[in-house]
Amino acid sequence: MLDTARIRPDFPILAQPENGHRLVYLDSAATTQKPRQVLDAIIRYYSTSNANVHRGAYTLAVAATDAYESARLTVARFVNAWAPEGVVFTRGTTEAINLVASTWGRTNVHRGDTVVVTGMEHHSNLVPWQMLCLEKGATLRMVAITEDGRVDLSDFGKALESRPKLVAFPYVSNSLGTVNPAAQLTKLAQAAGATVLIDGAQATPHLRVDVQGLGCDFYAFSGHKMLAPMGSGALVAKPALLEEMPPYHGGGEMIERVWDDRSSWNRIPHKFEGGTPNVEAAVGLAAAIGYLEQIGLDRVAEHEQALARTTIERLNEIEGVRVFGPRDHRAGVVPFIYGDIHPHDLATILDRDGVCIRAGHHCTQPLMRRLGVPATARASFYVYNDVDDIDALITAVRRAGELFGVSSPLSLPS
Amino acid sequence: MTSPDLGELYQQTILDHNRNPRNFRRVESANRTAEGHNPLCGDRIQLYVQVEGDAIADIGFQMPQGAGCAISKASASLMTGAVKGKPVADAEELFRSFRDMLAGGAPAPGKLAAFAGVRAFPSRIKCANLAWHALHAALQNRAEPVSTESAGDF
Repeated sequence: MLDTARIRPDFPILAQPENGHRLVYLDSAATTQKPRQVLDAIIRYYSTSNANVHRGAYTLAVAATDAYESARLTVARFVNAWAPEGVVFTRGTTEAINLVASTWGRTNVHRGDTVVVTGMEHHSNLVPWQMLCLEKGATLRMVAITEDGRVDLSDFGKALESRPKLVAFPYVSNSLGTVNPAAQLTKLAQAAGATVLIDGAQATPHLRVDVQGLGCDFYAFSGHKMLAPMGSGALVAKPALLEEMPPYHGGGEMIERVWDDRSSWNRIPHKFEGGTPNVEAAVGLAAAIGYLEQIGLDRVAEHEQALARTTIERLNEIEGVRVFGPRDHRAGVVPFIYGDIHPHDLATILDRDGVCIRAGHHCTQPLMRRLGVPATARASFYVYNDVDDIDALITAVRRAGELFGVSSPLSLPS
Repeated sequence: MTSPDLGELYQQTILDHNRNPRNFRRVESANRTAEGHNPLCGDRIQLYVQVEGDAIADIGFQMPQGAGCAISKASASLMTGAVKGKPVADAEELFRSFRDMLAGGAPAPGKLAAFAGVRAFPSRIKCANLAWHALHAALQNRAEPVSTESAGDF
């Protein structure tokens, strides 16, 4: 376990009471809190280096460009990208996936083609493909998931028989915590001739990512789920693919030459970064990576898995609680329901004790339909959480049971 | 012990109607129906109203997936009890009164006042309003489902 007594003081928000209690923040799968090191890096950037990037000839503009491009190098190293120019900064995972759907997708997916996704997609790795397939008259095929929340490998194999143009799946499921066998799925999909996109939103913050090792073609992630500011994130891609793709947003920065009626494009990755970029976000993301690397991603993963294991054990001691997701191969995400208490009520009751959890469909409505529940409660962990947080969660859940009268197993629905 | 403000929200009346919702059934003879949806929490209500002349002769509701949060379910239950047998105009008046209460106005009449505590929980106001907006839509004979994220005055 990490020494949270040393980590917690880095996060100013954790010192702030919530409804008169210690803030027990268990919603890091939605977004993480930010350490002082990240906040300081942003203030330092604006205090010492702010200017528009890639434009000015003056020293300050060079400093701003250096800060931005050095953040790109940091990201490239962090995920073991194919090359720094294979890292396109985006607002986050959603924009990264939309970029691929709008450019690579529009060029390569045609009427009659198939795009394959899984039954555990976040809407951000589903809706862009729905939009593309509707536009092109292509088929969207959703792979089944098993009872315990894993990708059904036999159905995955069947889906590949249609020789899909693209296969997209999450590395880690935000609703179930499942860690998918990403390298294996990639290999199978590519053997069937597909290009592979991995949604890394829930994986990148929590385990050591090696995109070259995974072997995928596109990898998308968000900074705000890994201590960095909202509006930070990247698309990591094989440079050869980016070279072939048409641009995304037209505007400044992404062009090489502009005539009255046409333009030529800047080199990658700038071809995909039209307009003034969010330099603050990139600088914050680099600082967040620095913070995480100082702890060590393997230790982060170990810490979260230990917290998740303990939470699952203790939730299972409460009569009437059902925890979703697989037994093994899971990240620090614990989805559950409790008797017939609606997760929305559970979240309200927990909030009174300062315990912040997510309740709802977690942007995975098709998955919720497959699980047969309209919503779940979800506790998720990060580097600042400790056993005290689990104690607070369990106490509050038991309190909810008392209030709603499900503490007695006799009153449980069958 | 629960903190007092939580008791304000989950009053006994509300907990009782959540556990034993009244008029929790499909009304076969309904001539007005409406569907209400809260996409934020996944709550869905199907409302059945039988209007005869100027009055609500019968009313019932279902929550299709067998699940609505306590606030939305209890609110639907109490709403059906409050308007059953009443003239349509009175039901519309209760709808306005309930909506005004949640917006900070005077308590709605009778047991409906139990929902005044919801005001202190802004994230739950839409849950309490859902059934009432479905009723309003049904009485107006509106065909499209009501969503808490599209109706302007939720």
